[in-house]
Amino acid sequence: MEGITTNYNTKETLIRLFGENRPEELPAMARLREQAMEAFVQNGFPHTKLEKWRNTDLSRSLNHAFIFPLEPASDGTEPEDIFRCDVPGFNTHMVSLLNGRVIDQGNTLPQAAEGVIVCSMAEAFEKYKDLIERHYAKYAGFGDNAMIALNTAFARDGVFIFIPDNVEVSRIVQTVNLIHSTEPVFVQPRNLVIMGRNSSLRLVMCDDSVDNNVGFINSVSEFVLAENARLDHYKLQNKNDHSALINNSAFHLEAGANLSTSAISLNGGLIRNETRVLLNGRSSHADVLGAYLMDRHQHIDNQVFIDHAVSDCTSNELFKGILDDSASGVFNGHILVRKDAQRTNAYQNNKNILISDKAVIDTKPFLEIYADDVKCSHGATVGQLDAEAMFYLRSRGISASNARMLLMYAFVAEIVNRISIPELRERIDDLVKKRLRGELSVCDQCVLHCNSREQKIAFDIDMSKI
Amino acid sequence: MENDPNNILDEVTSGEYKYGFYTDIEMETAPKGLSEDTIRFISAKKNEPEWLLEFRLNAYRKWLSMTEPTWAHLHHPPINYQDIIYYAAPKKKKELASLDEVDPELIETFNKLGISLEEQKRLSGVAVDAVIDSVSVKTTFSETLEKQGIIFCSFSEAVQKVPELVKQYLGTVVPSDDNYFAALNSAVFSDGSFCYIPKGVRCPIELSTYFRINAANTGQFERTLIIGDEGSYVSYMEGCTAPMRDENQLHAAIVEIIALKDAEVKYSTVQNWYPGNKKGEGGIYNFVTKRGICKGNNSKISWTQVETGSAITWKYPSVVLMGDNTVGEFYSVAVTNNYQQADTGTKMIHLGRNTKSTIISKGISAGQSNNSYRGLVKMTKRALNSRNFSQCDSLLLGDKCGAHTFPYIKTENQSSIVEHEATTSKISDDQLFYCNQRGISTESAIGLIVNGYAREVLKQLPMEFAVEAQKLLAISLEGSVG
Amino acid sequence: MLSIKNLRASINGKEILRGINLEIRPGEVHAIMGPNGTGKSTLASVIAGRDIFEIEEGEIIFRGKNLLEMPVEDRASEGIFLSFQYPVEIPGVSITNFMRTAVNEQRKYHGLDPMPANEFLAKMEEKKRMLDIHAKLANRSVNEGFSGGEKKKNEIFQLAMLEPALAILDETDSGLDIDALKVVANGVNKLRRPDNAFLVITHYQRLLDYIVPDIVHVLFDGRIVRSGGKELAMELEEKGYEWIRAEA
Repeated sequence: MEGITTNYNTKETLIRLFGENRPEELPAMARLREQAMEAFVQNGFPHTKLEKWRNTDLSRSLNHAFIFPLEPASDGTEPEDIFRCDVPGFNTHMVSLLNGRVIDQGNTLPQAAEGVIVCSMAEAFEKYKDLIERHYAKYAGFGDNAMIALNTAFARDGVFIFIPDNVEVSRIVQTVNLIHSTEPVFVQPRNLVIMGRNSSLRLVMCDDSVDNNVGFINSVSEFVLAENARLDHYKLQNKNDHSALINNSAFHLEAGANLSTSAISLNGGLIRNETRVLLNGRSSHADVLGAYLMDRHQHIDNQVFIDHAVSDCTSNELFKGILDDSASGVFNGHILVRKDAQRTNAYQNNKNILISDKAVIDTKPFLEIYADDVKCSHGATVGQLDAEAMFYLRSRGISASNARMLLMYAFVAEIVNRISIPELRERIDDLVKKRLRGELSVCDQCVLHCNSREQKIAFDIDMSKI
Repeated sequence: MENDPNNILDEVTSGEYKYGFYTDIEMETAPKGLSEDTIRFISAKKNEPEWLLEFRLNAYRKWLSMTEPTWAHLHHPPINYQDIIYYAAPKKKKELASLDEVDPELIETFNKLGISLEEQKRLSGVAVDAVIDSVSVKTTFSETLEKQGIIFCSFSEAVQKVPELVKQYLGTVVPSDDNYFAALNSAVFSDGSFCYIPKGVRCPIELSTYFRINAANTGQFERTLIIGDEGSYVSYMEGCTAPMRDENQLHAAIVEIIALKDAEVKYSTVQNWYPGNKKGEGGIYNFVTKRGICKGNNSKISWTQVETGSAITWKYPSVVLMGDNTVGEFYSVAVTNNYQQADTGTKMIHLGRNTKSTIISKGISAGQSNNSYRGLVKMTKRALNSRNFSQCDSLLLGDKCGAHTFPYIKTENQSSIVEHEATTSKISDDQLFYCNQRGISTESAIGLIVNGYAREVLKQLPMEFAVEAQKLLAISLEGSVG
Repeated sequence: MLSIKNLRASINGKEILRGINLEIRPGEVHAIMGPNGTGKSTLASVIAGRDIFEIEEGEIIFRGKNLLEMPVEDRASEGIFLSFQYPVEIPGVSITNFMRTAVNEQRKYHGLDPMPANEFLAKMEEKKRMLDIHAKLANRSVNEGFSGGEKKKNEIFQLAMLEPALAILDETDSGLDIDALKVVANGVNKLRRPDNAFLVITHYQRLLDYIVPDIVHVLFDGRIVRSGGKELAMELEEKGYEWIRAEA
């Protein structure tokens, strides 16, 4: 099948690069790369004739004379020089990536002594071969996914996290993925998170632009949660309008494991989050949440596949978004309840508000069910702000524009309020407010950009009374 | 234990097809296979005008360049289009003036189906245009209808009687290259019904047609065209039962509905083609394109379907809401049992302002079957202040079947509202126990609960049909006639 | 009429009924009282034939027939009626249709032809009038969207329609305000006849002010620990279940 062709022969360049840059590594890894490259060569970049890509067109995002940094940058740029994350009270263990490579900032995690590992993938490839061999590329299959295949062929670095059995990581781990380049840059970070039995982790992954240059990120993250592990995961996406972000996350849950993952997309030229959750052990549970606020010509695409492979699992999926100007949104939820996955409880919902006649939303909440003792429901709505609530607010003297903002804020708050890290929740809350006022789009710092708490003015109303 | 759910399900899902018999009528058939010659044969046989032959040949050429769609949640062996007879007609004896002149064997067939023409005619005041295989045999009540200017006849007859009307509307809702099966139908359609309701006329009776497949290796390619002129109203019913067959039979029909300004067309179907036996052998492959267009302002098209038959159902009765303030409705009950597969739903394409659509779909799966709802709701930029509400529920009887929901929603304006809800459930043990405790057997209880579950849709059917539909649900799931 | 001997029943290996003995004769009203979780509702369910319970031992003879060998619907046709504590909703099934199916299936069990539609509708009207039920039941779905009181009234209405020999009222008073309770109790009283019997299961004595029992049993820990006249109910109300617990 033919993929997208660009003016700059991106695919051919990648094929050439692959041949010229073979890292020294184990034969198994080299074979994996070759297989992945073959899959990519065969399929090419996904195009809109494919059912899953019908409404997301990569051709414009790919049409740049990209550079493909495979080795660490040598210009000595320090992340602190270009970026500062300053959430009040948000004390995290931070790992920064610059153009896809981890920058060693010399900080160590307090619980390293207990066997917790947080390091670069490059380091893990060298030092933790057993873990890599057991888990790497085992959860994010590339057979039917050309972007994962491409990432697997080229992956050099990213974040590696390992948590031994029974260890609860107390400090929040935060990764900040920065793009900084004067030329259009194409990077492919690869992350792997391995969680032992009864372990727990809070992980915040931020994707940010620090300038207005073109960037294409093709990121793949794999997460494996052993029995009763708990992962609280956040993706915060705040990219410039010239950037494209393809984000594949694969979660593998064993019995009793508990996942909560939220994708908060505030800005970005083109964002596609593909989330696959495999509920592979009984009584595992996944919350998959998302909020998106897009305007101008931005495009957001959330693809969620939840695979109920065994009985007694529960999943809960809720995505809410507001689209303004000529922004476009896609939601494709797919719940699969396999035969014998009895007593499954799955819920799926996608709610959208369009506030411009040029904005477009495509939503497909799919259910595929092969077991009978299940409780599955799904819903999708597209609409505008509640006219009655608008009238109510205005009858209390609130201006129409403030009333609109209030209601939009309340709409998104359902997701934001479920963020369980208080500092992060407050911060995101502020950002949503700013975003709704159109302030964030001029901001050039990270999604957590800020120095002081927001002055509460327009939002000092108890929403529960509406 | 007698209440073992598996036993009960086996029992209630083991109903044999009731209408399995075969009528021997001398056939006049086209040779097997499809070519331009076959099409010329059909066209000549029907004494068609040149433009219609061209329409067919055009469709055929387009069909040759197309491929069978694969996106539906259906699996079947490849269809050999050269192994099908594309034309079969009961041998014409002479023009029939009254029922007495109809082939007694034919009357017998209808009687077994419980649709005796005389009975229908005398008791229910329903005009019946009965179709056996491809040619319409008898039309009743035509005089009554003619007085009001209503044209209700076989498609072939319409081609002779009102060619300009046929030419004006044929293929305007379902273009001949709309999809693979539509192209096939456009090339080889044999017969079907034609209906025209003039301006301002409310059709006083329910119009009804019964389709049957009656000969081995005969594909059925019905073509139905319904035109509601300005301010008119008609309720049209189509019902199908088919005799038992070993070979799979292809059915690719097209129904086109045009509703002009202020017109309302209600189309109801009870579909009970032969579903194959319990092992999944045989049965009809039903690939149907049904579409209506609300062309004029304030017009309304409503589809109601009860689908219990066919080995494979591929069917999406749709409405294009072109005029302002137009209304589209889709009410569906689809039952699958044994190895049946259904991929059915609707498309509501909102083009006009203040347009409204409602989708109520109730899927019931039993045995090893797969039942999918697939629907598209599209709000275009122009369709300001439009609304859709969709409710798509699935009921599973047993743990070997599948129930799937594939809604597609696309919205391009901010003033429209789309709401989609769906649930999946099974009959709870509590419900069964409650019914049992009142003395109701499990088999009856399942019938009762399933009919209750489908009530929202069944109540949309005209009275005469509602009864038949309830019976069909019972036959499909209970193994006994209600 | 009903004779239960040494009935032991369990669920998931846990024994709930641990040797129940009970005799009910025609014309009698029996009350079973006891604290929560002692097996009152289990006893009702086992008589009706709910198959989630395992019968370990004992017998239930009803008008000379062994109930334990019969499926649920046959027990119903033999004349056992259970008024449910939590009546289940059956969406889309109208009460008329539901009752007609039940009446006719029970008639079929006894070799009778179905009841003609007009006769059936007349009977529905008659029973509604008798029970002071004014709501338009006919077109509503069984229990769907009913309030707690409506559900219980509907149970009594069905009791009136089916005219069973033995009616078991399982916590019929729970969740009822005093007016609804009166309607339900009056209904039951109107339905009392020399040839039928009632088994009233309740936690509180309140209901027994309106449906006066002939015999009161106290169920505790899966056994009937005391039986007596209606004064036993008063005594219980006064002293509380702690009194029984201490004795047991």
